Amino acid sequence: MTPVAAPTPGGWGLLRARPAWLRLPEQPLARHLLFALVGGALLYLLTMRLNSYDNLELAQVGLYTMAIAGLSVLTGTNGQISLGHGSFMLVGAYTTAIFTEHFHLPLVLPLAAGAAVSAVVGAAVGLPATRLRGPYLAGVTLALALALPDLTVKFSSVFGGDQGIVLNPPTPPANVDPERWLAWITLAGTLVVLVVLANLLRSNLGRKFRAVRDDEIAAALSGIHPARTRVLAFTISAACAGLAGSYLALATGVVNPGSFSLFLSISLLAGMVLGGTGTLAGAWFGGIALVYLPQWSTSASGHLGLSPAVSANVAIGLFGVVLVAVTMLAPSGLQGWLRGWYYLALRVVRSRLPGAGAGTGGTGGGPVGGAAGRDGVAQPALATAGDEFTPNIGTERSTT
Amino acid sequence: MNRRDHVTTPSRRRILACLAAVAVAAAACGSSSSSGGGGGGGTTPAATPGVTATSITIGTTTPLTGPAAPGYSEIAPAVNAVFNWVNAQGGIDGRKITYLIKNDEYDPTLTATLTRQLVLQDNIFADVGPLGTPTGLAVEPYLNTAGIPQIFIESGCTCWNNVAQYPWSYGWQPNYVVEGKILGQYIEQHFPGKKIAFLSQDDEFGQDGVKGLLDEIPASQVVSQQTYVATSAGLADALAPQISAIHHSGAQVVVLYTIPAATALALLSSAGTGFAPQFVVSSVGADPPTLTGLLSSFSKGKAGAALLTGIITNAYLPPLTDTSNPWEQLAMKVLTAYDSGFHWDGNSEYGAMLGFSFVELLRQVGPNLTRASLVHTLDTDFDSLPSAGLSPYTFSSTDHNGFSGSEVVQLGANGTTINPLTGVEVTTETGPITDYTGAAETPPSWLSASS
Repeated sequence: MTPVAAPTPGGWGLLRARPAWLRLPEQPLARHLLFALVGGALLYLLTMRLNSYDNLELAQVGLYTMAIAGLSVLTGTNGQISLGHGSFMLVGAYTTAIFTEHFHLPLVLPLAAGAAVSAVVGAAVGLPATRLRGPYLAGVTLALALALPDLTVKFSSVFGGDQGIVLNPPTPPANVDPERWLAWITLAGTLVVLVVLANLLRSNLGRKFRAVRDDEIAAALSGIHPARTRVLAFTISAACAGLAGSYLALATGVVNPGSFSLFLSISLLAGMVLGGTGTLAGAWFGGIALVYLPQWSTSASGHLGLSPAVSANVAIGLFGVVLVAVTMLAPSGLQGWLRGWYYLALRVVRSRLPGAGAGTGGTGGGPVGGAAGRDGVAQPALATAGDEFTPNIGTERSTT
Repeated sequence: MNRRDHVTTPSRRRILACLAAVAVAAAACGSSSSSGGGGGGGTTPAATPGVTATSITIGTTTPLTGPAAPGYSEIAPAVNAVFNWVNAQGGIDGRKITYLIKNDEYDPTLTATLTRQLVLQDNIFADVGPLGTPTGLAVEPYLNTAGIPQIFIESGCTCWNNVAQYPWSYGWQPNYVVEGKILGQYIEQHFPGKKIAFLSQDDEFGQDGVKGLLDEIPASQVVSQQTYVATSAGLADALAPQISAIHHSGAQVVVLYTIPAATALALLSSAGTGFAPQFVVSSVGADPPTLTGLLSSFSKGKAGAALLTGIITNAYLPPLTDTSNPWEQLAMKVLTAYDSGFHWDGNSEYGAMLGFSFVELLRQVGPNLTRASLVHTLDTDFDSLPSAGLSPYTFSSTDHNGFSGSEVVQLGANGTTINPLTGVEVTTETGPITDYTGAAETPPSWLSASS
């Protein structure tokens, strides 16, 4: 296989014909690190501008993004659905809480422990998942979301029962605002998770995930072990949620079963669909929605003078409305919707460029994201994009 | 060819990831600029947060909805009524009080978030009257690390009296161990040899109460100890299994350390199976008007106040039914003026009395109001102020509990009367129980003066 050196005439090549210093590194890891660096610098500048409370919220956006990104890999890339990702956050949060309660370790260790223990639980849950599909798998994860909070009450001597465990707030370095510091460590974690996941998706493993999602028999015939791949996807996804839970414990200073209700799991799922299933960038939209939608609705219902009984439920209703709207107007999520516009703009620019020939396929597509790809336009980049956010849930074939 | 495209596509995706990050930035910037104007935090570094020459901003977290809301949702509005009453008279030292009430649904994680919002965004001077044990515990380390007073926590957990670790936290009502000891002594003296069972909430509230009870009641008399979880899921089970276990243990006296909703469910569950022991209920879950409403709504009108007849409980505030008490008269007047649609029950009474305590504290601190001067006053010269409590306060630099005791009372027919069974008794977590003979106090004239 020879490396493709010459750009295809009239295709991407035209846009790619730019100075070498403007070109992105070809090596995925280098490219992802570059983006993480730029994103990290921007976020750093942002945290320096924000006040304490906004930094706290930014940290929460970061941790929810982390959890949603992990869920997105599981569902979007591997085709498995989980209604119980909130319980992996619970595992991570309690692990970190127990660790910080009993040992005085550098902060990175309790965080890593949260991810690790959650990964182990994820693997354990992933095992039956190798034999379960669609709604059946959703049922198992649903059971997890319902059972784990009750377990913490059952074994209250370890987990503090309904009361939960109160953590002492982590001590920031001298002269650093505690909330700013929290935002730093959380966003650093989010960027690390996103880089790792982005690399993973570009790796052999990522292709295996997609192969198993698309057709297990074909994947098996190609030498991929479907069961192992599915368990691995579950494990990785659970580790992300666990790490997010660890950060949540640090951000709120308390873990208790009430915070990891089924509603959290559903919210994560909704956040993922909102941002765009299978896209890592879309996870940011989900994170923002999870943190800010409840706030906006609370303040809005406060202005409207609604009774507490009503306003407490407005957030949930609003979330549902937004979700329905996104599903109808942008089936591939906000990220897919933006991407659709991006490609449309790209095509317009390209058709105006001299030498743009018939090879570009200037018809079809549009801002409807994934639909453009699936229309089968002779545009490989679009086809890949469309393929990427085909969740394929419920349409998988049984292997046995 | 195909491989090449795989290289290009993700790079576009990363660009979008980057754009999304910028979008996050933009969104967060927006919220920053809008909130920055209102809070004004950090612009006046020397001043005490939340205090200006003409205003004091304080906040609280309380359940306005959720499983603990029935009854408890009335407390914060009653506290606020006292502040509005005082504001109408010109405030304290020329400062009018703004009371920010956040609904935490009795969920500790929500308490943690909302308390940070109050501190970081609303810039409150102090957290005054936050409701609940698990919720208060969730923010106790945070508030103490930040040096923000957590004053008159609406819970009798002994955990507020941890001066060495949490010097900024203060209780208000008698702690649950004290209350449990006083109830326990009464049970031990008046039900000798009877079989006794406990039903308690599975947190510090229930555990402290049981600790106090077991301090006085011989363990040999206790035939069953049941617990329940206060989340909505825990209460949805209607407490039937626990009541059934207690029923089968043959208990003749059943002590409930329960929130009002759980008390009502326990009473209904017992009545439903024909189980009629002597109930002894912690003051936390024994307010007759609240229980009457809950019994009727839970049973869809089939049961009501009749189940309250004969319940033994304790009281650290004057009885609701004592309309000649000057504190009760003042509270009625304040609530009528500033808490529209209030119900006269133990919750609104509690809120009003707690509000009186806080405005008396502010007045005692004087014009030089800082967080440090507030807690200094509490530690040194607050106990001597007149209070509605039947027993004196215990505040000092080594004690942050609150009232020191209570009297044992029994509800009359349908809970419409409250009859004292003992005099006022005071004690500490470890000390003996003694009779309190001090005279009842009356509200200071500046407070009761009509505006």
